[in-house]
Amino acid sequence: MENILLKDNVADLEAYFASGGYRPLKKALSLKPAEIIDEVKKSNLRGRGGAGFPAGLKWSFIPKDAPGPRYLVCNADEGEPGTYKDRELIIKNPHALLEGMAIAGFAIGAGHGYIYIRGEFAAETELLDKAIAAARAKGFIGKNILGSGFDFEIFTHRGAGAYICGEETALLESLEGHKGQPRLKPPFPAVKGLFGCPTVMNNVETLAAIPAIIDKGGEWYASIGIGKSAGTKLFCVSGPVNKPGVYELPLGTPLMELIEKNCGGLKPGKKLKAVIPGGSSTPVLTASEAGAVNLDYESLAAAGSMLGSGAVIVIDDSQCMVKLLQVLARFYHHESCGQCTPCREGCGWIEKILNRFEAGAADEKEIDTLYSVADGMMGRTICPLADAMAMPVISFVKKFRAEFEAHARGETCGKGRGLEDQRTGGSALRSV
Amino acid sequence: MAFILSEEFKARAAKICARYPRADAALIPLLLELQKEAGYVAEEGMDALAQLLELPYSRVKAVTTFYTMFKREPAGKYHLQVCRNISCHMAGAAGLLDGLKKKLAIEEGETTKDGIFTLSSVECLGACGSAPVMQVNEHYFENLNEEKLDALLEELKHGRLPRH
Repeated sequence: MENILLKDNVADLEAYFASGGYRPLKKALSLKPAEIIDEVKKSNLRGRGGAGFPAGLKWSFIPKDAPGPRYLVCNADEGEPGTYKDRELIIKNPHALLEGMAIAGFAIGAGHGYIYIRGEFAAETELLDKAIAAARAKGFIGKNILGSGFDFEIFTHRGAGAYICGEETALLESLEGHKGQPRLKPPFPAVKGLFGCPTVMNNVETLAAIPAIIDKGGEWYASIGIGKSAGTKLFCVSGPVNKPGVYELPLGTPLMELIEKNCGGLKPGKKLKAVIPGGSSTPVLTASEAGAVNLDYESLAAAGSMLGSGAVIVIDDSQCMVKLLQVLARFYHHESCGQCTPCREGCGWIEKILNRFEAGAADEKEIDTLYSVADGMMGRTICPLADAMAMPVISFVKKFRAEFEAHARGETCGKGRGLEDQRTGGSALRSV
Repeated sequence: MAFILSEEFKARAAKICARYPRADAALIPLLLELQKEAGYVAEEGMDALAQLLELPYSRVKAVTTFYTMFKREPAGKYHLQVCRNISCHMAGAAGLLDGLKKKLAIEEGETTKDGIFTLSSVECLGACGSAPVMQVNEHYFENLNEEKLDALLEELKHGRLPRH
């Protein structure tokens, strides 16, 4: 099927307009805000940042009679390891995002929209700023949009290197000029969000799907995909495949079809060992689990994992699972905001224990310590970062226990350093 | 010595502050601007920014030290930031980093004596499909291998930052 989001040659405003762009905005401005929200509800579009919450429902939580300003925030703080789809979307189709934001802004009654983009994406911020200026010059953003009387400004706002700011309320804190430490909920952002005002926050990919939904209707969008997993999704594949990249596919596509057909399979000589299907925090799948699962919210949940951000990390049999978990633990320890004890301490201890496994200093009993620390983190913190560490720990240990045991016995696998060490050899360790 | 923000900086800051209903929301963008100008965020810079935004110094320092992109001391002309997260790791990032340490004769967090290179490893840069990835100042260099890295270092030594 034809892509809805990832299109070629629409990066410039003229080309985007020539391909039918900004007509949905015109159409939306002729509708009542409630009608737009209904259309988005009908589409079954779900949040593409990872949580999968229904977008239309989220918009409808904005109190209808609340006085004062409302805000729209686009979450472009793409930082979940393995994820690089929003960057691609911003480069290829920035106006779909801006148009989606203008429509969403109108639907929820916001006058301002902020795109919170990770600080490292300096080039992408520049690109968005240029796109915003071009759209403003044509009257698609700014005062009295297309003569409708609706005013809507969009600003980019760069972060400065903190994974936690991808979490909704940490992002709000950061956008207000504070440390990115998540807020307790309730109140939810729809009631008390940015600057204490009702706020809707959506991922880049979610907002970029809005123009097509307004153009062709919610039912059309809902007819793509499978069941409650409607529409297309961007899947960003990394790891040793022949053609890594971002692919737009209808939800429900088999995972192996993405790997084999779109990505051209694994590189010569590589054998599939495992797949992390939705970004580094989602539970890992073994090769056989990966072979049987489809890429939609429900199928991946049934397989014990999550669709997450759509970041498919392919792992081949030359990789050491203990080392990979150590890499992830180092990351989560580094990124824990330090607010909640189970996360701050738990991530640190997990990294320390894994360092012992890697150094050959760990005892087999410490496998259970990993479990118990992870168990003590799950669901016991303000935000899901602790869960994001605990889920890979539990799934890696459960599914690849033999590798942890071998490390505890002092057998080194020689795979620890990635490609470099593999070239120099080392005794092979087989996983069961 | 007192640290004085230039009039040009203040004019730019006023424009950035105007994007928000509260000026202090501009703190992170302004710290980025400050760093862009000076190469790092000095204690005096934090103090000046606190005064400009009428914030306690402690707030500015807390924010500066929370976010990893803010440098607290001068770095080399080119800040080499090698991604070390999972996708880059599988693509050989550790080897690239080790190679850089040897070639530049510095460890992570250090700057070469000539002041040209600072070396760091960083967490996921969000470009995992083109691993391994390194960021040089604000520019991404993707699909790296030893050969490409050597060619890039050679360019940088001559003061040329290749653009794509």
